[in-house]
Amino acid sequence: MSCSRRDLLKNTFKATLASALPLSAFKMLSPAQVKASVGDSNVRWVFLVDTHKCVGCGLCVKACKNENEIPYDLPITRTWVERYVLMKNGQSHIESPSGGRDGYTDTKIRGNDIPADQITKGFFVPKLCNQCKKPACVQVCPVGATYQTRDGVVLVDRTWCIGCGYCIMACPYGMRFFHPVHKVAEKCTFCYHRITKGMKTACVQNCPFEARQIGNLKDPNDPVTKIIMNERVAVLKDEYGTKPQVYYIGLDTNVR
Amino acid sequence: MKNHVLRPLWVVIAGIALLLLVRHFIVPSDFGVQEGGSFTYNFHRESNVEEWEKFKVKYRGMDYCQECHEENVESILESPHAIIQCENCHGPAIDHPDNPEVLAIDTSRDQCLRCHSYLPYPTSQRNEIAGIDPDEHNTDSECIECHNPHNPDLENME
Amino acid sequence: MSVEAIVAQGAEHLGVHGLEWTSKELFTYPNEFIYWSIQIVMYPYMTGLVAGAFVLSSLYHVFGQQDLKNMARFSLVFSLALLPVAMMPLQLHLQQPFRGMNVMFTPHFTSAIAAFGIVFSTYAVIVLSEIWFVYRQYFVEQVIALKGREGIKDRFMYYLYIVLTLGAFDTSDKAIAKDKKAVKILAAIGIPVACFLHGYAGFIFGSVKANALWMSPLMPVIFIMSAIVSGIALCMLTYIIIMEWKKWGTIIAKGKGDKSVHVIAGAELDVITKTSRYLLGFLIAAITLELLDLIFRGYTAMKSWDILRSVMYGKDFMNIFVLQYTLGNLVPFILLLMPRLTIKRVFVALVLVLFGVFMMRWNVVIGGQAFSLSFAGYMHYHMPIIPHSLETFKEGLFGALTVAATPFVLFWIINKVTPSFEYK
Repeated sequence: MSCSRRDLLKNTFKATLASALPLSAFKMLSPAQVKASVGDSNVRWVFLVDTHKCVGCGLCVKACKNENEIPYDLPITRTWVERYVLMKNGQSHIESPSGGRDGYTDTKIRGNDIPADQITKGFFVPKLCNQCKKPACVQVCPVGATYQTRDGVVLVDRTWCIGCGYCIMACPYGMRFFHPVHKVAEKCTFCYHRITKGMKTACVQNCPFEARQIGNLKDPNDPVTKIIMNERVAVLKDEYGTKPQVYYIGLDTNVR
Repeated sequence: MKNHVLRPLWVVIAGIALLLLVRHFIVPSDFGVQEGGSFTYNFHRESNVEEWEKFKVKYRGMDYCQECHEENVESILESPHAIIQCENCHGPAIDHPDNPEVLAIDTSRDQCLRCHSYLPYPTSQRNEIAGIDPDEHNTDSECIECHNPHNPDLENME
Repeated sequence: MSVEAIVAQGAEHLGVHGLEWTSKELFTYPNEFIYWSIQIVMYPYMTGLVAGAFVLSSLYHVFGQQDLKNMARFSLVFSLALLPVAMMPLQLHLQQPFRGMNVMFTPHFTSAIAAFGIVFSTYAVIVLSEIWFVYRQYFVEQVIALKGREGIKDRFMYYLYIVLTLGAFDTSDKAIAKDKKAVKILAAIGIPVACFLHGYAGFIFGSVKANALWMSPLMPVIFIMSAIVSGIALCMLTYIIIMEWKKWGTIIAKGKGDKSVHVIAGAELDVITKTSRYLLGFLIAAITLELLDLIFRGYTAMKSWDILRSVMYGKDFMNIFVLQYTLGNLVPFILLLMPRLTIKRVFVALVLVLFGVFMMRWNVVIGGQAFSLSFAGYMHYHMPIIPHSLETFKEGLFGALTVAATPFVLFWIINKVTPSFEYK
């Protein structure tokens, strides 16, 4: 195996670190503590979106709303698909009615006719929680009701959230909203109940075109990890320093 | 007489003690920062992770459908629609056949148009899908009157 | 759950928070609404007034401004009445108001809101202890006066005052001197705490990096300056009202030509003229900082400037440049600077200053949500006027009026236990 030497080095490093840690700290740590300090989780969930492949059918949004019990006809959603149409005169048309839940079936955008011969680029961008490495929403929660799991997913404790809305304000991506039934902050969980059972998220499973993929960044053999490592990918709004973990192929400068 | 100036301080200390006592009973015992976590990002009630893991799965996937409806799954697997999950049209299985006993199938024109309404978008795969203009293409008919969703190509239809 | 049940969840009676009062224009993300509405405008406004009232009372206790003696008592009790009102808007805007105590139970100190419980309680303890030291002698006197009296009301007041003395009945000169010293120390500690309470309200907004309008290190300083401006203005306004009340009382008792009427009127104008200089100073500081912020944003013209400019100079021009800067800052500034100051002119200027600070809060809180995080669309806030549900009451005109009226009701109640006018 090509990776064996690297793994060996890695493990040696970990073992060295683990044995050096208690010495340098002048106190004995339990094996669990040592393990935790070098990162015991071997899973880090990441997402990959290919904007070339997305056709704007909206089946992901429909599936997400049903799967996660988000009231279907209300204008809030955990994931959505945006339509971008860029014109020869530099104008851009962007929209996401109902989060793209019913798909894009009309060439008109907000009632305006878009002449086909004037279009330079047209594409769809699916959006979902970026499960940031440094989530601003978690940092600002006053009560510890939202947090990052060991495998990198940001969740909300529905029994502890006070509904102040600070996390909604803090998210640069506008992902969060108040759940109309539970009256607490709500967000995409990467379908935590599915991915921890070995299933794909509802949006990934129901996308016919493999525009959405989920993977484990800590597994070098994961197909998603391989793409993130070997191809040119981008993230949204990295200027906020939240280190988003949803990677995009074919991102455009016009994408908001 | 003792110094009375510190009396308000005793009241404050009593108040803090009361708060800590109430806190002891109200805050779940597993609330805190778990080993190796940071206070900034991992301060929470540990058992909440499990609660989210137990959330009900609704979309079971094609493999689940195949357990009973083998013929139907096989028929669609031979068509260009093989990439579409059964539940996108048939609805989430949840605990079917127990609950719901019958699934409501979405056979609407709108469902087909999600992909097959033609949009002239360079750089998007949407451009490459066989598409129609919904305002001109047999406007008063349902798609399934001519096209079999499990075998949509008209030339190959039986 | 069946599919029908899932779909049925979309019944229209379920409210999406914010949908009621938000209208959208061009491209906004689906989940974007005006989540922080009128109550969050009220919050920094009321906190600013609390801080101002307390600072004024401290002027007498710490710096011994004798002419503020009666005023100091009044403003101290009034700041106690204002105290719960600083918390009320926050409580009212929570989606889970009964869980508000979680902030005290599991404070997550990386959040600016988590510190609220601690800072606010510290401040409350200081105000309450100070009042206790000021009124302890009065409590003891009341206990002695009410002892042995019949009647339910008297018995109740008797026991209430016994509890309020906390068992300290010593009213010797030595003990009273200790009280006075304690008041002085508490008032001195209270000033920075009051300023911190408010500067930190500015930090809540200034630290939100996702919001292009809010994110600025100047935000806490701007908030403190405008808080002091509004605090001084409110106290001057109340002072004028009390002095006018006194003047009319004297006129009725002794006739208009009496010498004491002129003494009161002269003293009133003197205090107001002196205090208005402080007001002008802080007003200049507040405007300078706000303009610096604006100029800096325009000059550096970061990514967000295009949308910020279109909001400031376009959609919110009336609110920002006409109502806030012109009517709320420039007009009172001129009114106060013009020679031969009169009480009537000051009164108008003070009302305008209070309005200007309110508009500043409005333009920060609502203005910060007037544009989409996508920088490609706008949101408009339509404040609910006639409530048709609990939510439209809480987050509407009447909710705001309730918050504004509460300190006066509380003051009326508290004043029955610790009279701040009659007691000499």
